[in-house]
Amino acid sequence: MVAFRRVSFGYGERPVIDAVSFEIKAGQVVALMGGSGVGKTTLLRLISGLVGPQQGIVEVFGNLLNIKNQSQLYNARRRMGLLFQFGALFTDLSCYENVAFPIREHTDLSESMIHDLVMLKLECVGLRGAASLKPSEISGGMARRVALARAIALDPELILYDEPFAGLDPISLGVTANLIRGLNTALGATSIVVTHDVAETFAIADRIVVFAPSPNGARLVAQGTPDELRVSQDPFVRQFLDGRMDGPVRFHYPAEPIGQALGIGGPG
Amino acid sequence: MRIALEWVATLGQTAFKFVRQLGVFAILLWKILMRTPAIWKRPGLIGAQVHFLGNHSLAIILVAGLFVGLVLGLQGYYTLRRYGSEEALGLLVALALVRELGPVIAALLFAGRAGTSLTAEIGLMKAGEQLSALETMAVDPVARVLGPRFFGGLIVVPLLATLFSAVGVIGGWMVGVVLIGVDPGAFWSQMSGGVDFWDDVVNGVIKSVVFGIAVTQVALMQGYESRPTPEGVARATTLTVVVGSLAVLGLDFVLTALMFGEL
Repeated sequence: MVAFRRVSFGYGERPVIDAVSFEIKAGQVVALMGGSGVGKTTLLRLISGLVGPQQGIVEVFGNLLNIKNQSQLYNARRRMGLLFQFGALFTDLSCYENVAFPIREHTDLSESMIHDLVMLKLECVGLRGAASLKPSEISGGMARRVALARAIALDPELILYDEPFAGLDPISLGVTANLIRGLNTALGATSIVVTHDVAETFAIADRIVVFAPSPNGARLVAQGTPDELRVSQDPFVRQFLDGRMDGPVRFHYPAEPIGQALGIGGPG
Repeated sequence: MRIALEWVATLGQTAFKFVRQLGVFAILLWKILMRTPAIWKRPGLIGAQVHFLGNHSLAIILVAGLFVGLVLGLQGYYTLRRYGSEEALGLLVALALVRELGPVIAALLFAGRAGTSLTAEIGLMKAGEQLSALETMAVDPVARVLGPRFFGGLIVVPLLATLFSAVGVIGGWMVGVVLIGVDPGAFWSQMSGGVDFWDDVVNGVIKSVVFGIAVTQVALMQGYESRPTPEGVARATTLTVVVGSLAVLGLDFVLTALMFGEL
């Protein structure tokens, strides 16, 4: 479904992804995990073609993703849905109109058909009753569920989730995790979840790919099923899963010795 | 020597930035124009923008037009009286408004009122990842978001300029005829006899179409290219007024020289 082959990417002079290779098979829920700022969202942007790799290739639906060919890119995007970290709902439209938006843009369905489809999608995420509300009138967790309904409006084959658990209360967190798993099964889709939330991810994911920071950008350090990763002895995986303060990822940002900074010792 | 070199470097950087911005402006304009057929397939979106942008600026345009007309009436009367030509007040007010003040002031007010609103809207859509969301839904943001706003602005600015001139003439009439007592027959007949439809009215409309393209495109470009942060959107909004206003004044000189001058 999705394949990265020695993909490297950076923003300007700053390297973000370093020669990453992995494959995602159809029908799975796969989590891309790693610390904050490691480049996980950039991986999603590469899959959705919002940015292109500087080296290597990204394949989606078995084809090379060429971001310079707009019609090919848009054809691929019509088969995927992306849930943004903060929903990215259109603030001037109601929840109903937000979900109806991609249906109106890509189909010629009648208003009654659109109405039925939107209501079904909102029912899936438990927000049919909030159809008439504006994004400013609902909570952050609800906004993300509306965005999820919009992302699945056209029954995508591939659903991408960018930090779906960030900032959610325990109830919303559990609801969202169950929705991801349930929708993947109900739609027969493939789901890629970018997250650093260990407990929820291990409960719903079929496979997990872990990335660690390096001077040349994020590198893949481990991948496997949740059970395989639980017994992994990789130092970064252990630090990440156990939430250790220090390890391969240092607690302190690189700096001169504290004594030198305070002028109470050290050289000089 | 070093200060001189730094000065040259700064000058070079400024020139480079200016040329780059011009390039970005031209490329974005080209992208919008290339999507014209797709944009006009949905005239409802353009109509909504005409309604939105027109409503945004209508009140300020009408009030400003009236005051400019009142002042033109007063100043024109005092000047023309010296030469015993008070009857030409209608002609003076109409020519000043139709040729210059209508298109220019309407475009400047549009830049300050609706242009800033366009920039802030696009900038906040970018900051809120709504433009990226459109992209990932396989919806082209240039055709769906920028295009209707561009053509909306292009249609609205000439309409606003026409209204500005019309209300301004009424203002001049109120001061000249109603308050001061200039002969109403002379006021209107001098105006209708001296204002040429093609040379004055049409050229004024052409000016306002060009200003509409410039101001709307500046507003859209500033929003689309803004940094997706509160500071970035605020800066882009300010730049819309500064760059849009300077573009209007600069273009006005060029167009006036081409249309009315003998350069």
